[in-house]
Amino acid sequence: MTKNLGLALGILLTICASVTGLVIIPNWQFRELQPVKKADGTQYPVRYFGEQLKGRKVYIDQGCIYCHTQQIRMKGYGADIRRNWGTRRSVPRDYIFERPHQLGTQRMGPDLASIGSRQSSAVWHTLHLYNPQITSPESIMPRFKYLFTEMKEGDALPAGTLAADAVKIPPVYQRDRVTQLMPTDRGKALIEYLKGLNKTFPLPEAAQ
Amino acid sequence: MSDAVAGNNSELEAASRIEVDRSAEWVVTIYWASSIFWLFFATFAGLISSIKLHSPDFLGSYEWLTFGRIRPVHWDTAIYGFGGTAASGTLLWLQARLCQTRIPFPTLLIAGGVIYNLGVLLGAIGILMGQSTGVETLEFPLWSMPLLVIPYVFIVIANFQMYFTRKSTHTYVSQWYLMAVTIWFPILILAAEACTNLGAVDGVAQAVANWWYGHNVVGLFATPTAIAAAYYLIPKVIGKPIHSYHLSLLGFWSNAIFYNWAGTHHLTGGPLPAWTITVGVVGSMMMFIPVITIGINHHMTMVGSFHLLKTSPTLRFAVMGSMIYTLASFQGSIEALRSYQEITHFTHYTIGHVHFGMYGFFAPLMFAMMYYAMPRLTGNEWSSALLIRIHFWCTLVGTLLYTIAMCYAGIRQGLMMNDPTIPFLNIVVFTKPFLMLRTLAGLILLSGTVAFAINFWRIVQPRKLRFITPTLLTTERDYKELLQWEKEIEAND
Repeated sequence: MTKNLGLALGILLTICASVTGLVIIPNWQFRELQPVKKADGTQYPVRYFGEQLKGRKVYIDQGCIYCHTQQIRMKGYGADIRRNWGTRRSVPRDYIFERPHQLGTQRMGPDLASIGSRQSSAVWHTLHLYNPQITSPESIMPRFKYLFTEMKEGDALPAGTLAADAVKIPPVYQRDRVTQLMPTDRGKALIEYLKGLNKTFPLPEAAQ
Repeated sequence: MSDAVAGNNSELEAASRIEVDRSAEWVVTIYWASSIFWLFFATFAGLISSIKLHSPDFLGSYEWLTFGRIRPVHWDTAIYGFGGTAASGTLLWLQARLCQTRIPFPTLLIAGGVIYNLGVLLGAIGILMGQSTGVETLEFPLWSMPLLVIPYVFIVIANFQMYFTRKSTHTYVSQWYLMAVTIWFPILILAAEACTNLGAVDGVAQAVANWWYGHNVVGLFATPTAIAAAYYLIPKVIGKPIHSYHLSLLGFWSNAIFYNWAGTHHLTGGPLPAWTITVGVVGSMMMFIPVITIGINHHMTMVGSFHLLKTSPTLRFAVMGSMIYTLASFQGSIEALRSYQEITHFTHYTIGHVHFGMYGFFAPLMFAMMYYAMPRLTGNEWSSALLIRIHFWCTLVGTLLYTIAMCYAGIRQGLMMNDPTIPFLNIVVFTKPFLMLRTLAGLILLSGTVAFAINFWRIVQPRKLRFITPTLLTTERDYKELLQWEKEIEAND
């Protein structure tokens, strides 16, 4: 009987060790992290709210994470910074408000940690999400057609939308007399979230 | 150790074996039948995902089938659907056999199996409807998780009850692994859910917990079950004891101690303190110890018996699994090195490695288990040796094609990504032919699954198709050779 208990306790001990080491201790180390004050009085990072929070949920439910990371590796390790995906490496403080985290493990598409600073135009995002071939020929990204209302010449604006949000499709890509796109609520939120993704603020610990 | 030595066939033991198998018939058959359903489902979902990567407009207008939803459905149904039920069936039958006890409370276990399947189905539907939690490998909506965890509690209790009321005087190495799985998995899933979807921690700490789990669900759940199966089947089929008891002890404990820590290599280069990654790399390197030990034990046991691969379906799959275990583990340890990760991290290479392990090691050992146990459980024989052959070759060829295509593409992809002068879209274009090869590999694997499913369907029919002799993979010529060979042995004795 002691032999059996020894086996069971030994097995239990091995997993308790790694729970402590890889789950509990990192949490202690990071829980003290606070946002920093920027020169203009605002803080970085900020908690997601409103449209961006809604957009983040769309990002998660569409599974963007399976092709896109949101983490920049340090200079000299990979070419993340030289590819202009970020200006500095990412650090734990960048992620204190991320729940769930969306670090990602695949780069079938480019890193998105600071996509907002690379592409700040809603028009670009609209066209890219509607049909990636317009902005990125040969891309293997799916079309997210269902996040947009297709409008034909002379169609009235969908209820509750602003004419300013409508985006004209370049003539070569127009099909079935569809000339303009109006993002749906979810489409608009996703674009707001992507435009807001920006981890370029120079945190002191990232300079080391 | 005596359990593994075939030829120990006193009438009493044979009678008790039949009694054990009778008690297990329904329970284990239901778990394994579900596992084949989920394997088909997961492979099919994987095939759709794969096609979408080289032809992004394929089924492109359905939101619920978008790549970002069907891809997690593929993996989650593979690991929880196929992996969970195949491993549970294996665990119950193997433990019952090795303890020489009946399976306790079969009705509850069957009910558990039904609930578990429902949980996987609802979880998958949840993801397709856009309710994924967004945490990799834990995507099932939180409300579906109790349906997966509660049935597992039944299995844990059944396992403990069998182990502590066993009639056998010794314990066999497989039993240690099975005990380990039942202790590890509940802790693993509860700690991981608490830290991710229940929101105990945020940000980077959550990522560490996520990959501690993501790696361990393979390493502390799938792997030990498959190793237990290999330890049982190889000596059983060839009729020799395992090579070394002491090595199996070393292999077990070093595996238990080091695998736990390896998961953080999934975050190499990420925004974490260096020590968390270093721990993961060290853990991965130390895995050479159990892998080599277990490898020696399995392969040395086989030495002198390789000719049996020609005839025994069980042995073919078991040996394929144990050999790929060695290869995939070596690959995994080396892959964890920082310098290697600089290239292969974020590429198709990782995907190639996962499939090499899951479809080259875990799945074949589960198949071997089923090929061995189903005739004993049902009293029927496998109806078609041809279908077994198709299943085997599809599994082997499909896995190798998948792994080689993805790993080669991944290395090239990684090297190109690290050269900022190459535009990103050029890399995408470069990988496309390999993505098509993957679709081909997926089709081959799916065909194998269909062949297996047909054979399985026939063997669970009420005793209509009774065959007297075991189904072996022999032609008449092989069989004559075998007889000739046996005569020679006898003459030499």
